Amino acid sequence: MAQPRVLVLRAPGTNCDEETAHAFTLAGARPERVHVNRLLDASLRMADYQILCLPGGFSYGDDIAAGRILGTQLKHHLADALAEFKAAGKLILGICNGFQILMRSGLLLEDEPPHGPPATLTWNDSRHFEARWVRLASVPSKSVFFAGIDSLELPVAHAEGRFVVRDSSVLARLEQQGRIVLRYQASSDPAEATARSSFKTSIERTSGATASSSSSAAASCSLLGKPAVAPLPGLETASCDDALLPHVAYPDNPNGSHADIAGICDATGRVCGLMPHPERYVDRLQHPQWSRGGGQQPGAGLAVFQNAVRYFS
Amino acid sequence: MLWEVDIYPAEGCADRAAEAVVAAAKCLGLRGGLAVATCYGYLLEGELDEQQAREAASDLLADSIVERTVVRPANDPRLTAGPNGAGGSLLHVLPRPGVMDPVAQSAASALADLGLPIRAVRTFRKYWIAGADQSALQLLASKALSNDAVDQAVWGPLAITRLDVGTACEFRRVDVPLRSLADDELVTLSRSGQLYLTLAEMRAIQAHFRQLGRDPSDVELETIAQTWSEHCSHKTLKGSIRYRDEQGERQFNNLLKETVFTATQAVRRQLGPDDWCVSVFEDNAGIVRFDDRFDLVFKVETHNHPSALEPYGGANTGLGGVIRDALGTGLGAKPVCNTDIFCFAEPNIDARLLPPGVLHPGRIIAGVVAGVRDYGNRMGIPTVNGAVYFDRRYLANPLVFCGTVGLLPVDRRQKHVEAGDLIVALGGRTGRDGIHGATFSSAELTHESEGLSGGAVQIGNAIEEKKVLDVVLAARDRGLFRAITDCGAGGFSSAVGEMGAELGAEVELERIPLKYEGLSYAEMWISEAQERMVLAVPADCWPEFQTLAASEGVAATALGKFVPTGRLTLRYRGVLVGDLTMEFLHDGRPPIVREATYQPPAAPPLELRPKHTLDFNDELLAILASPNVASKEWIIRQYDHEVQGGSVVKPLVGAHNDGPSDAAVVRPVLGSQRALVVACGMNPCYGDFDTYHMATSAIDEAVRNCVAVGADPRRIAILDNFCWGNTDRAETLGSLVRAALACRDLAPVLGTPFISGKDSLNNEFNYVDAEGQSKTISIPPSLLISALGQIDDASRAVTMDLKRPGDLLYQVGPTCAELGGSHLARSGAATGGQVPTVNAERAKAIFAALHAAIAGGLVRACHDLSEGGLAAAAAEMALAGNLGARLFLAQAPHELAIDDAAVAEHRDAVSATGDANLPAVAFVADATAYLLFAESNSRFLCEVEPDQSAAFEAASAAVPHALVGEVTDSGCLEIIGLPIVVPGIEPGDSATVRAPKVIDVNVADLKRAWQSPAGKG
Repeated sequence: MAQPRVLVLRAPGTNCDEETAHAFTLAGARPERVHVNRLLDASLRMADYQILCLPGGFSYGDDIAAGRILGTQLKHHLADALAEFKAAGKLILGICNGFQILMRSGLLLEDEPPHGPPATLTWNDSRHFEARWVRLASVPSKSVFFAGIDSLELPVAHAEGRFVVRDSSVLARLEQQGRIVLRYQASSDPAEATARSSFKTSIERTSGATASSSSSAAASCSLLGKPAVAPLPGLETASCDDALLPHVAYPDNPNGSHADIAGICDATGRVCGLMPHPERYVDRLQHPQWSRGGGQQPGAGLAVFQNAVRYFS
Repeated sequence: MLWEVDIYPAEGCADRAAEAVVAAAKCLGLRGGLAVATCYGYLLEGELDEQQAREAASDLLADSIVERTVVRPANDPRLTAGPNGAGGSLLHVLPRPGVMDPVAQSAASALADLGLPIRAVRTFRKYWIAGADQSALQLLASKALSNDAVDQAVWGPLAITRLDVGTACEFRRVDVPLRSLADDELVTLSRSGQLYLTLAEMRAIQAHFRQLGRDPSDVELETIAQTWSEHCSHKTLKGSIRYRDEQGERQFNNLLKETVFTATQAVRRQLGPDDWCVSVFEDNAGIVRFDDRFDLVFKVETHNHPSALEPYGGANTGLGGVIRDALGTGLGAKPVCNTDIFCFAEPNIDARLLPPGVLHPGRIIAGVVAGVRDYGNRMGIPTVNGAVYFDRRYLANPLVFCGTVGLLPVDRRQKHVEAGDLIVALGGRTGRDGIHGATFSSAELTHESEGLSGGAVQIGNAIEEKKVLDVVLAARDRGLFRAITDCGAGGFSSAVGEMGAELGAEVELERIPLKYEGLSYAEMWISEAQERMVLAVPADCWPEFQTLAASEGVAATALGKFVPTGRLTLRYRGVLVGDLTMEFLHDGRPPIVREATYQPPAAPPLELRPKHTLDFNDELLAILASPNVASKEWIIRQYDHEVQGGSVVKPLVGAHNDGPSDAAVVRPVLGSQRALVVACGMNPCYGDFDTYHMATSAIDEAVRNCVAVGADPRRIAILDNFCWGNTDRAETLGSLVRAALACRDLAPVLGTPFISGKDSLNNEFNYVDAEGQSKTISIPPSLLISALGQIDDASRAVTMDLKRPGDLLYQVGPTCAELGGSHLARSGAATGGQVPTVNAERAKAIFAALHAAIAGGLVRACHDLSEGGLAAAAAEMALAGNLGARLFLAQAPHELAIDDAAVAEHRDAVSATGDANLPAVAFVADATAYLLFAESNSRFLCEVEPDQSAAFEAASAAVPHALVGEVTDSGCLEIIGLPIVVPGIEPGDSATVRAPKVIDVNVADLKRAWQSPAGKG
């Protein structure tokens, strides 16, 4: 099969579907952007595709929590079709919001009754949306999508990307099963690390630790930043052990993910979710350092899509 | 049955919301010792049993890893007990009934989708606060935890038994007995009915209806008021103005036509067959050519008054509105990037000194930033450009500018309406929100506005708009409609009135889909509920259009049709409630005649604060740390600037992605190298000197920012946004006329057409102070110029960060004796002086020369010289590139006046030192300050590889330029000052000539200052 068909799933609020389809096209696949309603009303068959991709965005506004509604929808209405798809040896990729959806769908991590899912993606430590480039180490894993990739730089852009496990046994199991795919990596440039941490300090200063009038104003406003019930959960799990703590400091680990995890896969390696956006780096001019001679052509993110296509050749 | 689901942080997780309350209390000046606990949650109404309510919580509403839930029947007394024994007063905060609550809406449909019998959902937040007295609690609730304009605050038990809002409205046609009113009664009616029309306008309406022999219905009067509002008709700037300034008197019949439009016409005439403007000042946004397949559309709007009252919702819906402008241009442009410019008061003001009814600037800043963030990010439109300006006079009246660039296929430019086309409303349902927004924004704010016009404040629902966007673009490509416009200010009354202006329209008001019962027909017609578009759909396309909209879950409703009657006819359940001629509606408004005067303010000469050192290190660091100049990274990173995959030059650039880019470069078509460039220019403090030079400086800055990243100056379109105080005052209007004249003069010379614009007048705040005195705070004259440039090949774009030690630095464009209104002056180091001016012909030549050099690949880095002058520009380039630089002030190109006599006198002294070759500029008073910090226009600092220097100099030959320094690996910014004569120390020692370092600062220190949290909300 030379040209796999890709179902790029969109829902109300999906907004990275076009560039994700573009990346698949560049990689040699045949993508189609399909509204989830076409699957729900059964006017279209998932079985006709080889790859299912859940792109980034704010499905259903990320209302309640990121990916919560679409993930629940998949679980309740499309569980059979998805299970069949997965069992047929096909590929599923969730990027950013797609990762958040997969986490809720049960496709990536098996629910552990009576507790429910063993891990979640929740609010960034910074408690707001952040867009920045990160360095990623591709951990030797079962993932089809990251085969042959050692490390790469990609942008992240999310508010709820902090990977949190229920307890350290979950982490150990994921590690042991080769299901941790990507970890945030410390910037190799010590000067950069210093410069960045000084920026962080200034942010911390203003976010309430010391009380200048302007800084506490920021805090007061953040209460009203979002008028609905966006949770502002405090997630410093006091009791959690060291294995769960990030080893990489903010902003290199942009959200405070446990064990710096940026992406995971299922037990087969054919279902993968990641917070960074590989579709946003398929061309050198998308790299923030291209004007300084940085970046590569094609962009490093393209390899993720090429791996998916190659899997079917 | 009504259930309450409370969601708490899981055991062991910190209650961050509670921490934020404590910090907020501190900010309000409340004493410490506060103990706070919080939760958030949902009220669920429907026939759910307890098991189902628990299922709703665990399957959908909460996260079992980081949260824990409590589910009980609403009003169960146990729900008032704080978590883990926390005590204190309990406060509930809920969005007011009818206020947009996207989370509640989504939760309701998602729960129904799970098969649960759900009728309605409301969201809330709960706070248990101990250790505060009654007044402190009230202060905290009203100033930090809720906003009365949109929230309901309930102390103690919630005591809510049902969630549905609104009861059916009993229909009766309401007529307003206008014909019999005396003048003073007309004025009262205009004010009390929130029509905000002038007496002359009220009289014109009265005369019209006297002629018709009947009184107007309420909906007729409202329709006229909306259409004639300043917001919708721009009657002041399109009206007659008698203007006087130091050059005499002149009469304008239509100020905009005779200034801004005239400039554009001149540019288009010059371009002749190469004219690349497609549509200017006609559609919802200006349209210019981009490539063979696409045009670009661009519009910038303001949403000032709503942002003053409810910053989050105001900014949110401001951005939502301008996105709909792009979507409503031609047959629907796809939004490809946003730009946002904010004007605030500095946040370091004591909350207790605020005038009544005014929100703290810190709260406004955070709310506005979050409002833009949550809407733009959800829409999937990258925010690529912006700026923030601070001035105390924006305290009660912040400015929020939101702009959108859209991509429009060339065969989708034309729109028209044909008789028989259906009037189709697409998108959100209509509620009582946003009533009187158009007329409200046309009046000045007062301390009572908060209560009076609460209905004008709204919260947006970005996902509804994203769905509308998806449907419109699909329908456009299938050719399913003939015309489209957005439903903005004035609601359906403006949108349908405008679309049907040439033809006529009939509307059945009862067909308008409502959020809830209880709206009168007039409210339905003028509500400005968000996320709605109006389309003209040919009858034979209607079935396919309906199917398409339904397949994406978007409501599409035919409200009526366009008819060739020349009338706007409104019916409600078959009863005629409105019948106006389009002619009276659109042309019946009596012309506004205004007086305008301009008196140039006194121009005291420059006076520098006496110095005790030769160096200006502290001045530079102070400028870098000042709120206007300091890094806005904390805002920029909250905005997705890379979604859609087109970003080429990002808002933050350099070795560590943290330097300030001059402009954004975006490739809007995946796979194509052609790029658009977005930048802006604004400098409100120059207006205190002369609004003419303020305006030309803003244009120059916007254009030079585009040119700095590689845009072709022959292809830059610009937009104007005039935000002014109350233009009923002749001198306020005069300062605006003067700025408009500047636009007329400069744009044709630069060849930069204005393609769209917007004005927002009456940006002032009236209140009564503690002593009972009437006070007014008026914003400074504020003209924002936004620029849209183009680059053939994105890989030719240039960033501002220094690239390599050993490269040469050139200043292009001369420095003049212009420190008036500069950031050096703002930092307190100077007063008076000349404000920067623009030498139009020279600016054009400089832009052309620099562009030739950039297009030829001769420039490795380029930064415009603006706030903080050469010193700040060099500092920013160095900190962005993480490299040092050494500059020589004596080399800088300048036009400082040389006093020959003074030079001769000094020369004698110098020649005694045996060194007669000192440059004349060394003897000009204050020359060092000028060369370092003057903000003269049309200047750049460029990094050039040594072996390209001859080619660069050749390209720049026709314009003032000079080699001023080099890039170093010293880690320092060193600027060598002008030579001075140092007398001998001992008697008999001969004097010597020295060139002291006037700037010598570590790049790390520059960066630390620049990244200081100044201006952060």
